[in-house]
Amino acid sequence: MSKDNQILEDFTSQEYEHGWSVDLESDQAPKGLNEDIVRFISAKKNEPEWLLEWRLKAFKKWQTMTEPTWPNVKYPKIDLQDIIYYSAPKKQKELKSLDEVDPELRETFSKLGISLEEQKRLTGVAVDAVIDSVSVATTFKETLGELGIIFSSFSEAVRDHPDLIKKYLGSVVPATDNYYAALNSAVFSDGSFCYIPKGVHCPMELSTYFRINAANTGQFERTLIVADEGSYVSYLEGCTAPQRDENQLHAAVVEIYVMKDAEVKYSTVQNWYPGNKEGIGGIYNFVTKRGICAGDNAKLSWTQVETGSAVTWKYPSCILKGDNSIGEFYSVAVTNNYQQADTGTKMIHLGKNTKSRIVSKGISAGHSQNSYRGLVDVSKRATNARNFSQCDSLLLGDQCGAHTFPYIEVDNSTSQIEHEATTSKIGEDQIFYCNQRGIDTESAVALIVNGFSKEVLNKLPMEFAVEAQKLLALTLEGSVG
Amino acid sequence: MLKIENLKASVEGTPILRGINLEVKPGEIHAIMGPNGSGKSTLASVLAGREEYEVDEGSVTFQGNDLLELSPEDRARAGVFLAFQYPVEIPGVSTTNFLKAAVNQVRTYRGLPELDAVNFLKEMKEKMKIVEIDQALLRRSLNEGFSGGEKKRNEIFQMAMLEPTLSILDETDSGLDIDALRIVANGVNTLKSKDKATIVITHYQRLLDYIIPDFVHVLYKGRLVKSGGKELAHELEKRGYDWIKEEQEQISA
Repeated sequence: MSKDNQILEDFTSQEYEHGWSVDLESDQAPKGLNEDIVRFISAKKNEPEWLLEWRLKAFKKWQTMTEPTWPNVKYPKIDLQDIIYYSAPKKQKELKSLDEVDPELRETFSKLGISLEEQKRLTGVAVDAVIDSVSVATTFKETLGELGIIFSSFSEAVRDHPDLIKKYLGSVVPATDNYYAALNSAVFSDGSFCYIPKGVHCPMELSTYFRINAANTGQFERTLIVADEGSYVSYLEGCTAPQRDENQLHAAVVEIYVMKDAEVKYSTVQNWYPGNKEGIGGIYNFVTKRGICAGDNAKLSWTQVETGSAVTWKYPSCILKGDNSIGEFYSVAVTNNYQQADTGTKMIHLGKNTKSRIVSKGISAGHSQNSYRGLVDVSKRATNARNFSQCDSLLLGDQCGAHTFPYIEVDNSTSQIEHEATTSKIGEDQIFYCNQRGIDTESAVALIVNGFSKEVLNKLPMEFAVEAQKLLALTLEGSVG
Repeated sequence: MLKIENLKASVEGTPILRGINLEVKPGEIHAIMGPNGSGKSTLASVLAGREEYEVDEGSVTFQGNDLLELSPEDRARAGVFLAFQYPVEIPGVSTTNFLKAAVNQVRTYRGLPELDAVNFLKEMKEKMKIVEIDQALLRRSLNEGFSGGEKKRNEIFQMAMLEPTLSILDETDSGLDIDALRIVANGVNTLKSKDKATIVITHYQRLLDYIIPDFVHVLYKGRLVKSGGKELAHELEKRGYDWIKEEQEQISA
């Protein structure tokens, strides 16, 4: 079977006795999950007592919870006792030159137009000292530091800014929010923390790409972004390059706290390993992403391009608490072969004159299943709330599925809700028309799909958008004709 | 340039073309006329390489090569252009972007360097004049919400950009008012040259008042049953297609 299983097997064959005591000197926790493991992780990271308590509370609650079965996805049951929850960040094997990199991976890189230096960085080839990414990152950090912006790994933030973490951790996604969020809260390994001070307009896109120590993000990642009053930040997660990862389950949590007059733009390109053409292997991506517009006139915008993972289960949401606050969700989700995606958003209107906008583009090919699931909830006191939702599905071939589950709950009669949905197929007529103009079928599909997704791609930061376009084409390669 | 010999083709087992013979030389304009259902559009589709059409017999040679061997995109790149009777809409893709992809794939095939944005736009501006097309139209999604006239003008504009050797106009006159017809015909005439050829497929002779054919052929029940000069078109206009049908029935009786 896959590499994943091979690795699991390797670990299984290691010595392991029930009733062990955790060795704090060890670089790796034994397989399985119990209270001792949670304590082990916390101790390994030298966490303060309150954070350990927080983890333990999450763990206790998690033990009483059951895995959700409502998403429109099917996968074999995950044995959570078969996972190693802590291992010290390992250094990537250093390669001498790009010639040592898997040729298939290199071909993908070149199709995406990723520069040679970038390719080296991504594959762990030793990088020339002059263009060392660490020095780039250092300059980057200095600029941010002058503005008072904090951008660091989660562990560093726990150490250096415990008050901020204590105040905001779990403030949007409580430790016990749902099965996977609770699991993440108990065992999260690391992640990112970002704080934008009052009135500061972050002058550059913040990207995990530039963050030192970002290489080993682990499978239980936790991101916390706090935008203080009147501030602005655009945050990028992921990259278009293929992510080879041996962990099968990914259960991340992203929390965003947006204060009065502040704005956060959060963009994701997700390109985890989707499994092979027969649907074997691939990542299970079960993510909880939520932000709150806590103050008046706050704005939170999610943009996502989802092309990877075998199973995706993800609903970046906005709680619109402040009056006049705005929530946006722009999504392109592509599934091919045997991929399954159940993704969408929740817009919770609490404040007056709150506005939300949902634009979801689902593209299904092969034998894949692609579902949009969304909730628009208008509470009693959300006078004059407005929502506009648009959900479009594009089908390639006749073996795939597109599904839409829009939920609307309205408790205030002054609100205005609009929902539009379309389903279309890439027609043979369209392909033939392109062919007749000299455009080959692969390029034709890319053109049509990018046209279909344009509204969302336009929301991405410029350099990201170009790569994302290529990524869409690459994901759908071989799906037609 | 183009030589069609005993071409027989069918759709889902139903024979449509029953033995077409036609030779087109550089510089010539051929009109193919005929009643509805005679196989006019099928002939255009077979030449362009549409998959649903099965070639059962015969051969098509284009510039000395077997055209039927080529994929639809390679036929286009080799210089065969089809102006569609019903141009297809592609939402979200502007005509400009669409054409840039097309022109550069065609150029690559022909061993020419790709055009950069500046030169492409320059080229476009020149060709836009030929069919009096507005740049605003080219920024909109391809054919989406275009009027009938705009769609057909856009087809001829694409033809101008792709510089084909053989252009096949499939009922380009259908749904056009007189002004649009004149503009389209003007475009075709402007692009005419001694090394290029055109096949005009039409039901009415109206278009042939503007695009003067060297030869007129009548297609009936999958065969070219009559050929002549442009006066044949006038005769068809006057007498309709019934006399052709009667003639054919007498022959087969």
